[in-house]
Amino acid sequence: MLRAMTTYAVLSEGLEKHFGKVHALRGLDLAVPEGTVCGLLGRNGAGKTTAVRVLTTLSPPDAGTARVAGHDVRTEPHAVRAGISVTGQHTGVDGDLTGRQNLRLFARLHRLRGASGRARADGMLERFGLGEAADRPTRTYSGGMRRRLDLAACMLSRPRVLFLDEPTTGLDPVSRDGIWTAVRELADSGTTVLLTTQYLEEADRLAHEVVLVDEGRATVRGTPAQLKAEIGSYAEVVVEHERALTAAADVLTALTGSAVVVDAERRTAGAVATDPTLTLPLVVRELDAARVPLIDATLRRPTLDEAFLRLTNPAEETAA
Amino acid sequence: MTTPSVAVDRPGQWAYDGWAMMIRHLQRLRSAPSLIVLTLAAPILMLLLFGYVFGGAMALPDGADYRAYLVPGLFVSIAANGMMTGMITAAYDAQRGVMDRFRSLPVSRSAVPLGQALSEVFVAAVAMVPMVLAGLAVGWRIRGGAASALGALGLVLLFRFAAGWIGQYLGLLLGNEEAAGQLSSLIFALTLISNTYVPPTSMPGWLRTVAEWNPISAVVAACRDLTGNALPQPGAAWPVAHPVAGALVWSLVLLAVFVPLAVRRFARSGR
Ligand SMILES: Nc1ncnc2c1ncn2[C@@H]1O[C@H](COP(=O)(O)OP(=O)(O)OP(=O)(O)O)[C@@H](O)[C@H]1O
Ligand SMILES: [Mg+2]
Repeated sequence: MLRAMTTYAVLSEGLEKHFGKVHALRGLDLAVPEGTVCGLLGRNGAGKTTAVRVLTTLSPPDAGTARVAGHDVRTEPHAVRAGISVTGQHTGVDGDLTGRQNLRLFARLHRLRGASGRARADGMLERFGLGEAADRPTRTYSGGMRRRLDLAACMLSRPRVLFLDEPTTGLDPVSRDGIWTAVRELADSGTTVLLTTQYLEEADRLAHEVVLVDEGRATVRGTPAQLKAEIGSYAEVVVEHERALTAAADVLTALTGSAVVVDAERRTAGAVATDPTLTLPLVVRELDAARVPLIDATLRRPTLDEAFLRLTNPAEETAA
Repeated sequence: MTTPSVAVDRPGQWAYDGWAMMIRHLQRLRSAPSLIVLTLAAPILMLLLFGYVFGGAMALPDGADYRAYLVPGLFVSIAANGMMTGMITAAYDAQRGVMDRFRSLPVSRSAVPLGQALSEVFVAAVAMVPMVLAGLAVGWRIRGGAASALGALGLVLLFRFAAGWIGQYLGLLLGNEEAAGQLSSLIFALTLISNTYVPPTSMPGWLRTVAEWNPISAVVAACRDLTGNALPQPGAAWPVAHPVAGALVWSLVLLAVFVPLAVRRFARSGR
C-alpha cells in the first residue's frame, strides 16, 4: 500500500553499459524515493561514474531502462536534463572564466535571465564562500574552491534530482564539512540526491540508503544502520597468557557460532557475532565461568568501513 | 542507439543559448590578450611579407598592382583562420569537464558550437578593422560603392561563420589539442592553393582547377569584385567566374554539411 504511493526520483532496471570489452554496468537496479539521499558505494572501477553518466543522459545505456525526475533517460533526455543537476568526478566549471562568469553563464543557460539571474549567481557565490575569489579565473582556485563552485552551479536551478560523483574526494575536513552541510540543506528542502563516494563516513552521514555497487551491479542495499547490523558486531578478548587462548576461543565459538580469529602475539581471540542479543556482560560472565584470565573484553559495532570490506569481499573474509 | 535530442525550445531560446555561449568564448579571449594581439597582427604580417618581400617578383596581368590584389585575399584568410581557432578551441574544450555540464543542461546540443561560431564572426569583424586600414595604407582602394563594400564584408563574415563550424567538427574529430595544432599548419596550405596570393591562371592546368574550386577562391574573387579590384580571369571555373553567387553558394553548402556534422559529433562525444 505504502509502496505503491512512493514516487521514485531515480528508478533504473537492468542498466547495462559496455566500453569495448569492459562491462561497466551489468544490470544495475536502483530505486531512489523522491526527497531522499542515496549513496552509491563501491571500489575503483565498480561502475559508479558510469551509472551517474547514464542516469544524467551523458551516456546512453546499452540495455535496461531508467527514469529520472519522471522521464525516461533514453527517449526524453531533454526533459530529464530540465529536472537534474550533475557534478561530475572531474570539475565541471570553465577554468578560463572567473567564478562569477561561470555562474552567470550557467544561470543564463538555466533560463534565469537578466538581473534576477545575475543576482542569483552572485548570491550563490556568497553562500559558498567564494565572494572574494569571484573575479579570478577558476583555474587559480584550490580544489576545494572549485568543488564548491561546482556545487553552487548545480544548485543554481533548484534541481529536483542532484547527482554528485565523489563530491568530497581530495578535500580537507573543513571543506568537506562545508559540502556536507550544503548537501544536507538541499536534501532537507526536498531535493533528491544521488551521490557516489568511497568514504563510508560520507554515506553514513548523508545517505538515507546506501547501495553497494560491485562490478556494475547493486549487490547490497539498506540504511547505514542496517548494513552495520547485517554484519553484526565483533567480540574480542585479551587474555593474560597464551595458554588461555584455547579456552577463550572455545567460549567465543560457543557464544557466537562463528569462526574465531586467534592472535597469539597480541594474546587476542575475536569473532563476529550476528546474534543481536549477545551482550558484553554475557561474554565476560561466560569467560569467567570457564576460568579464562581476562585482561580486556570488547564487543563493538563495526564501522561502515568494516561492513563495506566484508560485504564486498566475502571470499577474503571467510578465508581469514 | 538514440538520435541526439534537439531542444524542444523555440528558436528564440536557441539563439539566446548560442548568445550566452558566444559571451563565454569572448570572455575566454579576454583572459588571453596575447592571442588577441596575434589574431590582429598575423594578417598584417602576411601583408608585409607577401606584399613587400614577394610582391616585387609578382607580375600580374595588365600590370595591375600586386598589393591591391593581395589585400582582399587577406580579408578572406582572416575568415579562413576561423577554421584553425574553431578546431583548436573545440579540441581544447573536448577534454574539459565543463562540456559534461553543458551536455547535462536542458539546452540545445547546438548551443555550444553555435556560440563558438558566433564568437568567430565577432573576432573576424574586429580583425577586419586594422586589416582594412593597413590595406588602405599600402594602396588598396574601395572602388565600388559602399553597399558593395559592405556586401564584401558580409561575405567575409559569413565565410568565417562557416569556417568556425568546419574547424569545430575537425577539432571534435581529433579530440586533442596537439593534433589540432599540427593540422592548423596544413590549413594555411589551403589558402596557398587558391587565388589569395597568386592568380590561378599562372598555375598548371590541373592545379588551377583545384584552386578555382577551392571555396576560398570564390570568396576572394567576390571581395575583389565588390571592392572594384577584379582582374580579368578568362576561362575561370563557375564559382570564380560568378564570384558573389559562388561565395554564397559555397558558404551555404559548407554550413549545410558541417553544422549537422559538428552538432552530431558534439552530442556524441564523451560517451
Ligand atoms: N569511456 C570509457 N572507455 C573505456 N572504459 C571505460 C570508460 N569509462 C569507464 N570505463 C571502464 O568502466 C569501468 C567502470 O568505470 P567507472 O568510472 O564507472 O568506475 P567508478 O566506480 O566510478 O570508479 P572510481 O571509484 O575509480 O571513480 C572501469 O573498468 C573503467 O575502466
Ligand atoms: Mg568514478
